[in-house]
Amino acid sequence: MAKTKTFEEQLTELDGIVKKLEGGGVSLDESLALFEQGVKLTKSCQKILDESEKKVKVLMSEDGEMVEKDFIAQQND
Amino acid sequence: MEKPKRRLVTVSQVNDYIKRILDNNTALGDIWVRGEISNYKRHSSGHLYITLKDKGGVLKAVMFKSAAAALTFEPEDGMEVIAHGRVSVYEAGGVYQLYIEDMQREGVGRLYEEYEKLKKQLAAEGLFDEPKKTIPRFPRAIGVATATTGAAVKDIINVVTRRYPAAKIIIYPTLVQGAGAKESIKNAIEYFNREQNVDTLIVGRGGGSIEDLWAFNEEIVARAIYASQIPVISAVGHETDFTIADFVADLRAPTPSVAAERAVPDSHELKAGLDVTLTRLESAMGKKIESGRLVLKRFRMRTPKDKIEEYYLRLDGFSKRMEHALAMKTSENKKSLTAAASKLDALSPLKTLTRGYAIPVRGDGSVIRGVADVKSGDEFSLRLRDGARDCIVK
Repeated sequence: MAKTKTFEEQLTELDGIVKKLEGGGVSLDESLALFEQGVKLTKSCQKILDESEKKVKVLMSEDGEMVEKDFIAQQND
Repeated sequence: MEKPKRRLVTVSQVNDYIKRILDNNTALGDIWVRGEISNYKRHSSGHLYITLKDKGGVLKAVMFKSAAAALTFEPEDGMEVIAHGRVSVYEAGGVYQLYIEDMQREGVGRLYEEYEKLKKQLAAEGLFDEPKKTIPRFPRAIGVATATTGAAVKDIINVVTRRYPAAKIIIYPTLVQGAGAKESIKNAIEYFNREQNVDTLIVGRGGGSIEDLWAFNEEIVARAIYASQIPVISAVGHETDFTIADFVADLRAPTPSVAAERAVPDSHELKAGLDVTLTRLESAMGKKIESGRLVLKRFRMRTPKDKIEEYYLRLDGFSKRMEHALAMKTSENKKSLTAAASKLDALSPLKTLTRGYAIPVRGDGSVIRGVADVKSGDEFSLRLRDGARDCIVK
């Protein structure tokens, strides 16, 4: 499940790009490549933060194994 | 009429007689008495004087200094205790009393004693020591060991989904009080450690009495938390409740809601930060392009018109690509000429024009400026107006 970079890894990479781009000593072509990668990462991170898909699971015992099921909060208490 | 014969005895004899009766009684020689402490007094001699009472009456008691030294708690009026000793007579006072040899707290008091004892023991073993594990800043999944009913689980879910919906929540239904609770909590912690499917664990429950929270004072729970490879946040009861689990955990939260807050970052803050990052990227890139334009302006007089046009077009191309990436307008930025010149070797017309329309560029994007920059066999890319060709130096 971790074939894509983790959120943390993306933020770290983004930080490096901003520093490099602001730092100078980088050719114009490389700057543009960094810039494009930076924008791509920013948008990817924003997308991750906007994920609103229901991700609350509860474990239930099934045939001796713990299996994840969608969790529905009980109303009665 | 004759007067009945009276047996005349002294006070001492009466007392002595009663004392002998009591002292000869096996049961009274070794009894455990449950009662409530009242009129507690610690005499300057070190002896303790207590009146034990229950609904039916009172029993005077004394605990001598030597016996009192072994007490694990300080007696107080109102405390329920079990006092062990013998009943005899204090002749000088004309009373019978319980001579206490040892005493322990009963009921809730006993729980407090056990708590203190275990706390001391585990502290000595180092279970409460630093360094604690740091709580991961961006957890991909959070494990929650608590009851599926009650406010605690709802609070945790609400806070996490509001603050950081990117995180997955996996709940391990746990008994949080009564029989089986300590094993249930231990099992939950061990499950997540076995499966390695979460980055952080929240272990806890809502408020309750000391008996309700007792499972979190149990040794096997403490040891399970200590053994956990995954960082553990404890969230037991209310602000003022401290259980042994709280001391062992990597982070103690006063309530389940706070535990959830500490487990995840705030998405709104992160997004605001990303907006700032985008602005910085845009600003830095815009500055570089503007620098290019300024350098070209400077060299306009000394450069053939069509070549200057070429480079302006190229810069425009960069701008367009930037706009495309951002889907918004580029910003105008001024920059000093000297700084600009040093950054734009690649575009310097004077250097590239001697070679006509082509710019030789190394693999890392830096420009080859002179014959000394390359040797035979070096590979480079020749940037032409409409693309590039790979070349090798002869």
